Amino acid sequence: MTITTMPTARPEREAGAVSLRGKLQDALPKIVLAPSFAAVLVFVYGFILWTIYLSFTNSKTFPSYVLTDSRAYQRLWTWTFQSDPPSSWYTSITNLGIFGVLYIGVCLALGLLLAILLDQKIRGEGVLRPIYLYPMALSFIVTGVAWKWFLDPGLGLERTLHEWGFTSFHFDWIKNKDRVIYTVVIAGVWQASGFVMAMFLAGLRGIDGEILKAAQIDGATPVATYRRIVIPMLRPIFLSAFIVLAHMAIKSYDLVVALTSGGPGGSAWLPSNFMYEYTFKRNEMAVGSASAVIMLMTITAIIVPYLYSELRETNR
Amino acid sequence: MRTIVKAVAGALLASTAMVAGASAQTKEVQMLHWWTSGGEAAALNVLKQDLAKEGYGWKDVPVAGGGGDAAMTALKAMVAAGNYPTASQMLGYTVLDYAAAGVMGDLTETAKKEGWDKSVPAPLQKFAVYKGKWVAAPVNVHSVNWLWINKAVMDKIGGTQPKTFDEFIALLDKAKAAGVIPLALGGQNWQEATMFDSIVLSTGGPEFYKKAMNDLDESALKSDTMKKSFDNLAKLKPYVDPNFSGRDWNLATAMVIKGDALVQVMGDWAKGEFVAAKKQPGTDYLCYRFPGTDGSVIYNSDMFGMFNVPADRKAAQVALATATLSKSFQSAFNVVKGSVPARTDVPDTDFDACGKKGIADLKAANEKGTLFGSLAQGYGAPPAVANAYKDVVTKFVHDQIKTSDEAVKQLVAAINDAK
Repeated sequence: MTITTMPTARPEREAGAVSLRGKLQDALPKIVLAPSFAAVLVFVYGFILWTIYLSFTNSKTFPSYVLTDSRAYQRLWTWTFQSDPPSSWYTSITNLGIFGVLYIGVCLALGLLLAILLDQKIRGEGVLRPIYLYPMALSFIVTGVAWKWFLDPGLGLERTLHEWGFTSFHFDWIKNKDRVIYTVVIAGVWQASGFVMAMFLAGLRGIDGEILKAAQIDGATPVATYRRIVIPMLRPIFLSAFIVLAHMAIKSYDLVVALTSGGPGGSAWLPSNFMYEYTFKRNEMAVGSASAVIMLMTITAIIVPYLYSELRETNR
Repeated sequence: MRTIVKAVAGALLASTAMVAGASAQTKEVQMLHWWTSGGEAAALNVLKQDLAKEGYGWKDVPVAGGGGDAAMTALKAMVAAGNYPTASQMLGYTVLDYAAAGVMGDLTETAKKEGWDKSVPAPLQKFAVYKGKWVAAPVNVHSVNWLWINKAVMDKIGGTQPKTFDEFIALLDKAKAAGVIPLALGGQNWQEATMFDSIVLSTGGPEFYKKAMNDLDESALKSDTMKKSFDNLAKLKPYVDPNFSGRDWNLATAMVIKGDALVQVMGDWAKGEFVAAKKQPGTDYLCYRFPGTDGSVIYNSDMFGMFNVPADRKAAQVALATATLSKSFQSAFNVVKGSVPARTDVPDTDFDACGKKGIADLKAANEKGTLFGSLAQGYGAPPAVANAYKDVVTKFVHDQIKTSDEAVKQLVAAINDAK
């Protein structure tokens, strides 16, 4: 964030007053920004540090401020490799891998596809666009509960199809410990892909028609036009969409709770569920904090290099 | 510095919950609880009226979202901010944790005057008394080793009360042959573990239950008896319908009420659902102790934890505590709630057949020393251990742990790790 100050180039009448005024003008943006800056400093970065501190204590129900050792991390580390039977932490991180990759990947692909289809100057675009975008207006809890009912074999899709006579239809992923995480992906994608579509649509509309015409004259097929020209030009949109989706994937908590209440045997947990469970239900605040720190480090490791490379390219 | 950090943290956390006004009134009881649904709220109204008669007002500290978790998070924030409610609904080790943190009040005088020492069962006092001081008033005693059976289905299949685990299996077989779902289970970890509590008691007997589930004795935990308990749990799995996982307990109860399923293994709060559906014990439904656990009671209990409020609010707190453990409230409340009174000298005249049996069982178990805390419900061991136990049971039920050998190994490891 850079603060550009206006150069004060006005006729000087009283030297003292002007310099005071000039100083004030210089300082004004800083003064205005100070409260939010301070708030961010304390409530975001301050609490990040606090969490890191707590993860090295033996905090149980309440925070304890006596530094002990890294037992919390040692326990997490052992759990990381405990795959048979899977420890809760192992389940959480593998689920985050599956969920993160599929959620971001499918949302981007589906969003782009929908945007391209909607961009074909079709009739009724004004109606279709809000229909696709609307799920974004729902909270994760509503999405979760709705999909829970829909996917429940005894209530929703499977039962309806059975009643219609398709008795061989079988879809019980939400009750299956190995498949339940994919139902979280389905509900998540349903909610966010319309939003990604809107972002891509805005990007598509921003592309100069002249370029497309030039490509047409050069004899490029529509597929080649999209593959070689349009999609590469959408790169900044990919960046924004990726950042938005990545943080939504990492912070997903309520969707898992509402959709699966943790899944059979806790098999739908994500790290955020693990963190909440250990901090507030199991009174193991140190382990909860340590898992939060690991989550932060993971997201940093992914986002920072990506941002760095992307921003450096645009600066060039 | 520490206090600043604490204060800031408290303020932040507190913003998630509506906090009672800072200018607390002295003639008012501030109560944090999550009894907001029909029957429970009605039961609590009795207490409100009792207090109103003595001139004390009542103020709920509202908690967003149902269930105890949200309330406990809110309570943590209030206490961190130094803003204590008069009392809060609390479960098990939570009371002791807060007492250890030095924020609980002292009710010993009231307890002496009211004779709580003699009337409240000793195992319960372990959770209400901290270092010789009464810090909480128990509201009720739930017991978890119950079977809830639909009588119409039972008659149809010609079943009788199962006295042993093998008879129970035979009964479930009969139901299966008749085409009803034999066992209604909600596949959430606490429900599975609650059922397993009863299985352990049934398989190993009272001595073994105490050793394994309350004393966490390692030799008991890895014994063959524990392995056999897991085997017995595995035996019950085929009698559950394929859709069970994730089901809420009250939906499982509803399956029994409607006659879709024969039996549910659940704590006596399930009775509240039968009562709400206008069903009569003996004619519509049957309550038996889990086969092989007659004479013992696995309990959990709701407590009102009393906080260390300033002197001017103490009178209201004492009035609340006295009213909570008064015989009239204990009877009125527990008739509605489905549980039994937390003191053994309350007349059982207003209770139905199941309630009468519950009261008699509690009294007998207390005298015989066979009244044990439920590990699944957090009365056997602190939350970290209890949840480690629930992890193992639920993973076993859902096939992540495949053999009972492995389950026992995992149980010992998980409990040692959490201790």
